[in-house]
Formats: sequence, C-alpha cells, structure tokens
Amino acid sequence: MSHTLNIYEPLSIEAIRAEFPILQTLVYGNPLVYLDNAATTQKPLSVLEAMDVYYKTINANVHRGVHHLSQVATDAFEEARRKVASYINAAHDHEIIFTRGTTEGINLVASVFGRANLKAGDEVLITAMEHHSNIVPWQLACEYYGAKLKVIPFSERGELDMDAFAALIKGPVKILSFTYVSNSLGTINPVNEMIHAAHERGIVVLLDAAQAVQHIPIDVQELDVDFLVFSSHKIYGPTGLGVLYGKEALLNKLPPYQGGGEMIRTVSFEKTTYNDLPFKFEAGTPDIAGAIGLGAALDYVNSIGIDRIKLAEEALMEYAQEMMSGVPGIRFVGEAANKAGVISFLLGNHHPFDVGEILDKQGIAVRTGHHCCQPVMDRLGIPGTVRASFSVYNTPEDVDRLVKGLEKTAKMLG
Amino acid sequence: MTIKEQQDEIIEEFAYYPEWMEKYEYIIQLGKELPLIEEKYKTDDHLIRGCQSRVWMHPEYRDGKVWFTADSDALITKGLVGMVIRVLSGHTPKEIVDAEIYFISAIALNSHLSPTRSNGLLSMLKQIKNYALAYHLQDVKRETT
Repeated sequence: MSHTLNIYEPLSIEAIRAEFPILQTLVYGNPLVYLDNAATTQKPLSVLEAMDVYYKTINANVHRGVHHLSQVATDAFEEARRKVASYINAAHDHEIIFTRGTTEGINLVASVFGRANLKAGDEVLITAMEHHSNIVPWQLACEYYGAKLKVIPFSERGELDMDAFAALIKGPVKILSFTYVSNSLGTINPVNEMIHAAHERGIVVLLDAAQAVQHIPIDVQELDVDFLVFSSHKIYGPTGLGVLYGKEALLNKLPPYQGGGEMIRTVSFEKTTYNDLPFKFEAGTPDIAGAIGLGAALDYVNSIGIDRIKLAEEALMEYAQEMMSGVPGIRFVGEAANKAGVISFLLGNHHPFDVGEILDKQGIAVRTGHHCCQPVMDRLGIPGTVRASFSVYNTPEDVDRLVKGLEKTAKMLG
Repeated sequence: MTIKEQQDEIIEEFAYYPEWMEKYEYIIQLGKELPLIEEKYKTDDHLIRGCQSRVWMHPEYRDGKVWFTADSDALITKGLVGMVIRVLSGHTPKEIVDAEIYFISAIALNSHLSPTRSNGLLSMLKQIKNYALAYHLQDVKRETT
C-alpha cells in the first residue's frame, strides 16, 4: 500500500495525522481507528486555532459595528465567505449563504422555492437514495402546495435507474433535488448528465454535496448547478455551519426565508424592505467563528489539494474493498461502479448494531443503522448496514485493524 | 429470589469477567436463556421504541405476578433484554413498579454501552414498569369497586 502514502508526498501520512490531535485518543485502551467520517470528520489544529484566535483576539458582532473589532471580525467573516466561493468556484461571493448545515440549506430552498414556484399539479423530483434531509423538506413543501413528490429508483447495485430518470424528468417537474454521493451506499451519481437533462427542460437543480465536497473537486460553474448545499463539519470544519450556494439571479428572485436582523434594509410596521444577497438569507447574528473555522478547513484541504485527497482515498477504498472481501460472510451493500468515501456492508446475518458495538470495543468507530436513509434500507430489504467511511487521515493500517476487528467480531457473534 | 437478590447475583456473575470482550460474550450467552416471546406476539404493538435493533416484549399477568417474554433481532440487545427480564419477571406489579434498578450501573454497563444502546435499555425498563403499573392500577381499581 505504499503507493497510497506516496500520493501525499512531500507530506507524509504521519504529518497529516499529527494535525488531528483526536486521532491519538485511546478507546478502551486501543488506539482509535476512526472510520465514521461520513458522519463527521475530525478537525485539524489549524481549524481549532483559527476559531481560538477569533474568540481571543477579534470577537465582535459583524457588519453593523462602528468600532475596530467589529470591522476586523467582519473582514474575517467575509474572507471566509470568499474562501468558500473560491473553493467551489462560485462566480460571486454573495452567492454563498451561510446556513446551519446541509439540512437547513435544503429546508431553506424547499421553503422559499416552494413559496415562489410550487402549485398543485407540480412535481418535485428526488432519488430513492436521498438522506432524510433531502426527502422530508420536500414532502412538507409538496403537502403544503399540493405538489407531488416523485422518486427516481435505483438498482440492487446502488445505481440510479437512468431510464426511469429520463421518463420522470419529462413530467411537470419544477425542481430536481438529489445527492451527488450517497451517504449510505457511496454511489457517485451522474451529476453532469442529470443537471443537463433537467436544464434542457428548464428545471431547477439542487445538488446535495454533503458527501461529495470533501472527496471530489467541485466547480459549481462547470456543473452549472442552480443550488448546492454542504456542511462544514464533514470537510474538517466545525459543526453548526453549512453552505448554500445559489445562482445570483435565482436567489434574487426568491423571497426571504427567516426574518430578523441583518436580512433587512429598512423596517417599518407598514413595509419592510430586504437586504441584498447574501444577507437577505442570513437573518440574525451568523456563526462567525464557525465560518472562520470553515475557511481554515478549506485552507487545510487546499494545502494538500483535493485532487490528491481524492486519489489517496480512492486507493485506500480499493485496498479496503479488497481486504474486506476476505472476511468470511461479508456482503457489500452498494456496489456502484463509481463510489466515494463510503463502504457499507453486512457481516453474515448479524445485526449491524451488534457488529458496530463489538468493533467499538476494539477501538474501531463505524456507523450502524439506516444512516438516515430508511427508504434505501427498505428498497434493499435490510434493517441497516455497517458503514466504514474514509478521510484524508485514514491509513492502510486502519483498514487492517478493521479487517482484524471484523474477524474477531464474526467469531464472537458465532 | 427478590429483585434485589437477582441483581446482586448478576453483579457477582459479571465479576468473573474482567475483560470487556468476556463480558460481551456473557451478555450474548444470557440472550440464549431469554424466555422467548411467541411468534404471534412479534407485532408492531409489542415493539419497544427507542432501540436501534428491534425488541418485542409481551407481559403475562397470572397468579398476581407479571411474567415477561421477549426477543430481539440483535444478539447483544437480546442479552440485555434477557438480563432485565431475569431481574424483573415473576414479581408482583407493585414490586416491579417500586424496584430500584442498580445492576446496570454496578456492572458499569451503562458507561460501556453505546448511547443508543443504553437509551434502548432505558426504554425497555420503562416499558416493563409501565406494564406493571397498568396491572397494579387495575388491581387497585378492582379492590375499590
């Protein structure tokens, strides 16, 4: 596996791991093997320091203060927005809206796009492999406006049925909202093809990049996507912050989401006028430290290069798939040709919960259950899966520990 | 054996297994001794909410005592249900309602179980106590009318 490590040269994997102090944790006396990165990634020192420095030296409320600290804090906050815009190659900084996370980003769009565009008889198109957060907000909107939620099915292997998609997209669809990478199966969906097909019919597209942005280079202009959402904490940044990217023209046409400070221009009891982008969608004091933390996280990713991270993770996933195949009774769930970040599996007939618990006792952190994708599990007729998910700091040794751990687990569960 | 004696017995048994892996093997073993629920009761009505795995439980009230049968699709959960039932099954509703459950923390299970697992354990205990309370109130009502 030395070729995986070489991808990071002149950086060493040891140097990368040294940036993440939590990786030194002992769990029940065993060195931690952290393979729950699809749930949240660990944070490098540079992110922790950036947030610490913010609170220690420049903490103030942004945008409205006349005093020095407020100005410095505003500059730092807006600099973070610029970093996000640059990371996904947005045309304008003000196309970046800070949210609380992917979930809030989708709720925002479902709410305001629904208000502006949905009516009885319209359709909203999603896929059967969405996270609950890309299902429920649309169900709420559809219910309210009398629109219909349509679902693109996927195959046993975990790939979208593109014939069904071609037929469904011809319906009275107003918006196509789907995930770039499946959090439960790891499938990378054919985003270019789908966005193109939607745009040919004038259909707006929201892309859930929560499981993509940390594994795959993203260029929103090249994708030509209308909305894109992701969470800071899945790309080495702090929790509680997310990003909604939207094309300027579209965002300008939509009504505000929440009302409050920051999002207004003038307020009177007769008539309130709203602020410009991005502030129109950022009511209240934003998560300033969080945004600065995300900025530092993106700097961190850039310092290694998302292309190199992608190559290293692909090599590691390949190694994991190969080594895990040797575990008696293992069954992979989701065998799409293109996958990123996630290996979902079952061990014999054992309940994922049992497998996860015995792995945990060996210091190996994985996720078990339906991964907020109950319809995926229903489709495959299983209660859930065990999910190992990978990140920049994972090593072939982590994979070896997982494989040994699984062998021990199989023995214990009988 | 009283509920207290049952708990003390389990605590003593677990003391034989200093290693966590051994404790888990023992929990799985206890699952095999669980009085199994009849297949016909494995319905949604008998499911206990709050567990990541499925747990079905059925109470039976006879001769003034409550007897529980149960099952789970996960082995560790099955062992945990087995322990809880071993402690609380076969006692009067009043005894069950009043019982102070300390064996879980005494064998340090709660600090080693995953949070979802210990939440599930709490839901189980709550459900058992709810059943017992219902039988108890039924009896009180019968005595007063």
